[in-house]
Amino acid sequence: MGAKIIQFDQGWSCLQKGITKLKKILEGAPGGHFSSEEYMALYSTIYNMCSQNSPNYSQQLYEKYGESLTEYIRATVLPSIAENHGEFMLREFVNRWANHKVMVRWLSHFFSYLDRWFVSQKSLPRLKEAGLVVFRECVYEKVKSNVVACVIGFIDKEREGGRIDRGLLKNVVDVFVEVGMGQMGGYEVDFEAEMLADSGEHYSRKAVSWILEDSCPDYMVKAEECLRREKERASHYLHSSSEQKLVEKVQHELLVVHAHQLIDKEHSGFRALIRGDKVEDLSRMFRLYHKIPKGLEPVANVFKQQVTDEGKALVQQAEDAASSQQGSNGAGAEVGLVLIREILELHDKYMAYVTGCFMNHSVFHKALKEAFEVFCNKSVAGISSAELLAGFCDNLLKKGTSEKLSDEIIEETLEKVVVLLAYYSDKDLYAEFCRKKLARRLLFDRSCNEDHEKSFLTKLKQQCGGQFASKMQGMVTDMTLAKDIQTNFEQYLGTNPNVKPGIDLSVTVLKTGCWPNYKSSDLNLPQEMVKCVEVFKGFYDSQTKRRKLAWIYSLGTCNIVGKFEPKPIELVVSTYQAALLLLFNDSDRLSFSEILTQLKLTNEDLVRLLSSLSCAKYKILIKEPNTKTVKPDDNFVFNSMFTDKMRKIRIPLPPMVDEKKKVTEDVDKERKYAIDAALVRIMKSRKVLGHQKLVMECVEMVQSIFKPDIKTIKKRIEDLITRDYLERDHEDSNMFKYVA
Amino acid sequence: MRRSAIKAASKELERIDNVFYTYANTTSGLIDPEGIERLCSDMEVDPTDVRVLMLAWKMKAEKQGFFTLEEWRVALKALRADSLSKLKKALPELEKEVRRPSNFVDFYSYAFRYCLTEEKQKSIDIESICQLLHIVLGSQYQAQVDSFVEYLKTQNDYKVINMDQWMGFYRFCDEISYPDLSNYDPELAWPLILDNFVEWVREKQS
Repeated sequence: MGAKIIQFDQGWSCLQKGITKLKKILEGAPGGHFSSEEYMALYSTIYNMCSQNSPNYSQQLYEKYGESLTEYIRATVLPSIAENHGEFMLREFVNRWANHKVMVRWLSHFFSYLDRWFVSQKSLPRLKEAGLVVFRECVYEKVKSNVVACVIGFIDKEREGGRIDRGLLKNVVDVFVEVGMGQMGGYEVDFEAEMLADSGEHYSRKAVSWILEDSCPDYMVKAEECLRREKERASHYLHSSSEQKLVEKVQHELLVVHAHQLIDKEHSGFRALIRGDKVEDLSRMFRLYHKIPKGLEPVANVFKQQVTDEGKALVQQAEDAASSQQGSNGAGAEVGLVLIREILELHDKYMAYVTGCFMNHSVFHKALKEAFEVFCNKSVAGISSAELLAGFCDNLLKKGTSEKLSDEIIEETLEKVVVLLAYYSDKDLYAEFCRKKLARRLLFDRSCNEDHEKSFLTKLKQQCGGQFASKMQGMVTDMTLAKDIQTNFEQYLGTNPNVKPGIDLSVTVLKTGCWPNYKSSDLNLPQEMVKCVEVFKGFYDSQTKRRKLAWIYSLGTCNIVGKFEPKPIELVVSTYQAALLLLFNDSDRLSFSEILTQLKLTNEDLVRLLSSLSCAKYKILIKEPNTKTVKPDDNFVFNSMFTDKMRKIRIPLPPMVDEKKKVTEDVDKERKYAIDAALVRIMKSRKVLGHQKLVMECVEMVQSIFKPDIKTIKKRIEDLITRDYLERDHEDSNMFKYVA
Repeated sequence: MRRSAIKAASKELERIDNVFYTYANTTSGLIDPEGIERLCSDMEVDPTDVRVLMLAWKMKAEKQGFFTLEEWRVALKALRADSLSKLKKALPELEKEVRRPSNFVDFYSYAFRYCLTEEKQKSIDIESICQLLHIVLGSQYQAQVDSFVEYLKTQNDYKVINMDQWMGFYRFCDEISYPDLSNYDPELAWPLILDNFVEWVREKQS
């Protein structure tokens, strides 16, 4: 059966009725719904009008669809929004959108046949989409700035403590998002940008007044609270994508803009917080700045400055103390011990902040390291930092002081020293001083405890590599071997009764190589000692093949009984001192030159010896004249009236001052070799390399052990050129080539 | 070659040899220091004149103070001088040739090697270096040479100069603006002695 042709006006009036009814429903009229017959009638009308061949009204109907919507908007929707203000306007806005969606839904159901063929044929937007666009263009675009201003007004009201209808705001925001129909551009440009700008201004104003009025901790508390609130606001009624942007904005205004003012606040800023150990406030500062990119830098910089200043002050204190004690021997050394201990304590204190408040963040580790590197390497009273540190370790490990400390504390302190060592640039110099002092401890039996010595060397090895402590470890092992040899010697004496040294003799046999170089001396031994040497030599030759013994009398000790008139006292002296004292068995009085001839020592050595016995604490000899220093024309007499409350006393012999110079010279020599080796290694692998790169790579290669002097590297390069390891490129004098 | 040309060439060689034997030591067959002195006197040139050194360079003479027949022949043939007067006249040309930038570096390094008298010798003492600098660079870079010589004489770090440092000084004169030294960069691969020299000059200037 042929469908009836529907004329336009006829069909349209039918549809018009439907649309009118729909409007009434939207306005809230009772009895509002479409029965299925009514719906079908509307749908079929359109269907027929669009499917009949001629006249086909698809185009007109499509347009009418749009017109119905625009008409309604113009007549009803817009005015209703425009005549309201504030909260009421927002409500209208939200409701009208909801209504519009319903209207579009229904209308597009009625007109849905257009969607099937017409829309795609003509490449037009689908009904629903077209319908929503109408709202956007006719309503949204016209009212959006008012709406936005209104919303922002409410946000600010809430910020000032007023109560607002959050649900309503959320709905408004949702409209903005939905109107974009999948694109966030509208929301971002129309609403979010304004909101962020306004928020920025709001907090900028707040910040300006707070920063002047509030202390740093108070300001931070406020800032933290503001951030919390804004986050909460965002989660309640803004779009989720806005949260991060809002937080960043607020952070910027509150924390970044005034970062320096805040952190450097005179009485309450970072430095004051550290001074007052305000852990909570410092943690807050960390929390706040942690999330800001590069935000921690200003904080870390102040931290570094603080640590550096405190460290430098300690060094200065030490320097002042040393110069005020000028003249007294060993002033520098004593002051050094105190300084190192204080530096270790300083390290503990600030490391606690780094691991605690600052959550082990690398930026603070770096700041701490750089700060310590600045002042740890300063020398005090002419003593290099390396020697100061070595002196401290020596003190820990030797008898006397160490008995007062528990094993745990010694171990702990040694651990901390090794950690501190990382900040020292002249590690090789430190090792050399340690080695010299270790030798003294081992050879004069001044070491507290072999376990501590071994554990310390293990820690050094772990920190600085195998090579670093290998010689020292060799020395410790040597001592064990030496003890075995001594035991064998005693057995030998037991089994050979005709061989008698005459004195209780113990010999420590050292292997050259790991021990520091000692000069063997030309000391003229007293007869009693000569016999000992011969006996031991006989034993040793019987035990080993073709090994040569070099006797180092400067390291020996001797227990000698002084038969003083009040009472005999046992004197623990060095072999040199003993040899000198034994001369007085044959003469009561000797002149400087007589002693010099008899002992075959140098002038300087003899002055040192005689001073220790006549001008120091214990006057075993009386010097004539009784001046403070030993002169070549002095005479010496055995002090028969000497006495002391103890039965046994040690008479120390201070070491040669030149020892320090020798250590520095030895280390410089080793460094030259190390630099040479590094340069050759680099050039061997690179074949051709520019000057700056070569210097840079050389520094990198050796810096774990020492900080090389650039001039020295240059000199070594030139030396290698002279020795034909390297040559300059003919074209470019800044390039070097490896000579195979 | 035509017979007359060959004859002319051999005549020329004969004359060259004759001049040689005028100054050579009869026992050794070489021109020795004494001979060189006579030669210089005849040419009316001071023995320390740079042109004598240039002549040695032209000869590629190996041993300081001595010229062999071969060396002599090489130079005089190249200079086209088969008599003493011609040799004397050839000197200005020779100087121009040496001072050409392409030759001068070679001459400059030759001058250093020429002074290494001992076998395995690699450096020259400060005193001799100062003299050599005056001779070789004095005319071209007098200010730099005077200053550097003064520095060498006052400093204590270096007792000898090696080839690398010697060549470095020429590069210094050639590249570095003097006396302001504004384009000198110690970060570059200048020999350390020049770094020290520049520091010394700057200290004097302030």
